Amino acid sequence: MIIVENLHKHFGGFHAVDGASLKIETGSITGLVGPNGAGKTTLFNVIAGVLPPTSGRVIMDGEDITGLPPHELFAKGLLRTFQIAHEFSSMSCRENLMMVPSGQSGETLWNTWFGRKRIAEEERALKAKADEVLEFLTISHLADHPAGAISGGQKKLLELGRTMMVDAKIVFLDEVGAGVNRTLLNTIGDAIIRLNKERGYTFCVIEHDMDFIGRLCDPVIVMAEGHVLAEGTLDEIKANEDVIEAYLGTGLKNKDKIGA
Amino acid sequence: MDFLNAIIALLNFVIVPATAYGAQLALGALGVTLIYGILRFSNFAHGDTMAFGTMITILATWGLQSLGVTAGPLPTALIALPLGIAATAALAVGTDKLVYRFYRQTKAKPVIFVIASIGVMFVMNGIVRFVIGVGDQNFADGTRFLISARDFREVTGLDEGLAIRTTQAITVAVAILAVVALFWFLNKTRTGKSMRAFSDNEDLALLSGINPERVVFITWLIVAALATTAGVLYGLDKSFKPFTYFQLLLPIFAAAIVGGLGNPLGAILGGFLIAYSEIAVTYAFRKVVGYLGPEGWSPEGMLQLLSTDYKFAVSFTILLIVLLFKPTGIMKGKSV
Ligand SMILES: Nc1ncnc2c1ncn2[C@@H]1O[C@H](COP(=O)(O)OP(=O)(O)OP(=O)(O)O)[C@@H](O)[C@H]1O
Ligand SMILES: [Mg+2]
Repeated sequence: MIIVENLHKHFGGFHAVDGASLKIETGSITGLVGPNGAGKTTLFNVIAGVLPPTSGRVIMDGEDITGLPPHELFAKGLLRTFQIAHEFSSMSCRENLMMVPSGQSGETLWNTWFGRKRIAEEERALKAKADEVLEFLTISHLADHPAGAISGGQKKLLELGRTMMVDAKIVFLDEVGAGVNRTLLNTIGDAIIRLNKERGYTFCVIEHDMDFIGRLCDPVIVMAEGHVLAEGTLDEIKANEDVIEAYLGTGLKNKDKIGA
Repeated sequence: MDFLNAIIALLNFVIVPATAYGAQLALGALGVTLIYGILRFSNFAHGDTMAFGTMITILATWGLQSLGVTAGPLPTALIALPLGIAATAALAVGTDKLVYRFYRQTKAKPVIFVIASIGVMFVMNGIVRFVIGVGDQNFADGTRFLISARDFREVTGLDEGLAIRTTQAITVAVAILAVVALFWFLNKTRTGKSMRAFSDNEDLALLSGINPERVVFITWLIVAALATTAGVLYGLDKSFKPFTYFQLLLPIFAAAIVGGLGNPLGAILGGFLIAYSEIAVTYAFRKVVGYLGPEGWSPEGMLQLLSTDYKFAVSFTILLIVLLFKPTGIMKGKSV
């Protein structure tokens, strides 16, 4: 379970995350929605250790993980994907996936020189795993392509693929479906449900597509202007007056705020 | 007209020395380019890191010699080299912990790192001069020539002699070994791949579970090894003088930038490009051209484009030309 307590992230005078408090239950697929600029990505960045919070706490299974560096969070099973897809551009898609798992024998200098055989075995297993993931994401044919040269949607798939390379506990997906065609989006949705059911992944999913959210997520958390506005099932959210206003009136509200 | 003699003269005075010098620059530039790729700053202390490593190697060489240990026909410095590398690695890692890590944690801008590295440069500079002095040190021993000019003339019957010094041959051989080992490491081992990943996309590398401090640590180890090797080879080939090593910074940076900063292959290419240009432009071609003309004729002038005093201008000019037309270098590197 992830608990976010009164989290603030300020950029100069601008409060991108402004006192957000929320809970992500273990085993859930929690949706995170909100208008553009609501602070969703920034919240992910703070949780994932990319940005230090201005104040507030993040707790994972009872342990305070606020401000831990990303690689330590990764070791604890907390993973995230990027809204704007990142890749190791000079490496092939397969190598990109094979980069992910850490803490292997190959990681010590000693083993680099003296544990060749074990490393070779691990590399083989890793490669098989990567190929399986590529197959699953319907991009097997891109295995040997340099990842810098694939399409935007394909890069998004690779992002998701990364989270499938290790046994994660909780995965934060930032608009993993943006720019992906609908058939594939359904496949991704299925994958998320399967990872959740079969492998026990907890998900927190940012998405603007309400159909996608409706199919996957319970509960759904709505953010606006840096804090949590409402939480509930999608239907409850849709009926919520504050939420409707936030989605329709952000422009106006922001103007008021800037004027004040 | 004497074609063969012309070629031998060219080999002897231009190609052979430039190849050795190019290998030294390439190793130096590899260190600069690795730091740039991983730590994302231009390390001005690199020349003095080379000087420090060479100094330790020289001290160890003297120690070995006084104990009567030598490497037979090879320079004793080769046995002392690992000690020089170890000491330099300790210095580099220590400097990182003491200086650069602080700026990494505060996420300082690259220019702050550069300025910090200039400070580090002055400190290393002082240490080296304090310990070994400012003068010239010649520490090459063993057999002087692999092929001497006289032997070459006797065997081939040509007028012109070709000499290959042992240090030149060793320079090239060691440089090839070092480069092969480096590329094997970067492309085949997991640690090497995580270094490439880190250089390629730092944010993603961090979120893929790669420990940045470990990557940085290993980078310094490799850079220390490359810098010491480059410095010792240069010192064996010419001589060791702290100020010369500081001056080497210009051709080394030119090589790294011309090749494409952050690109190891580019650094090697750049090293040789700078070395060949520098020596070709400052060599007097009178003799070579003389062989190509009619019997007994010789050109009037020296046929030397620039005096050797201006050799650093060559690096600078190539640097400017490349930056004007291809700001990311010949092999695509990160833009400066
Ligand atoms: N590094 C930064 N420096 C300054 N302002 C930032 C920074 N990162 C984000 N912001 C600002 O914080 C606000 C929230 O941005 P964020 O990316 O978190 O929104 P979001 O909810 O993810 O929006 P979207 O749905 O469009 O992705 C925006 O107004 C943005 O301009
Ligand atoms: Mg966003």
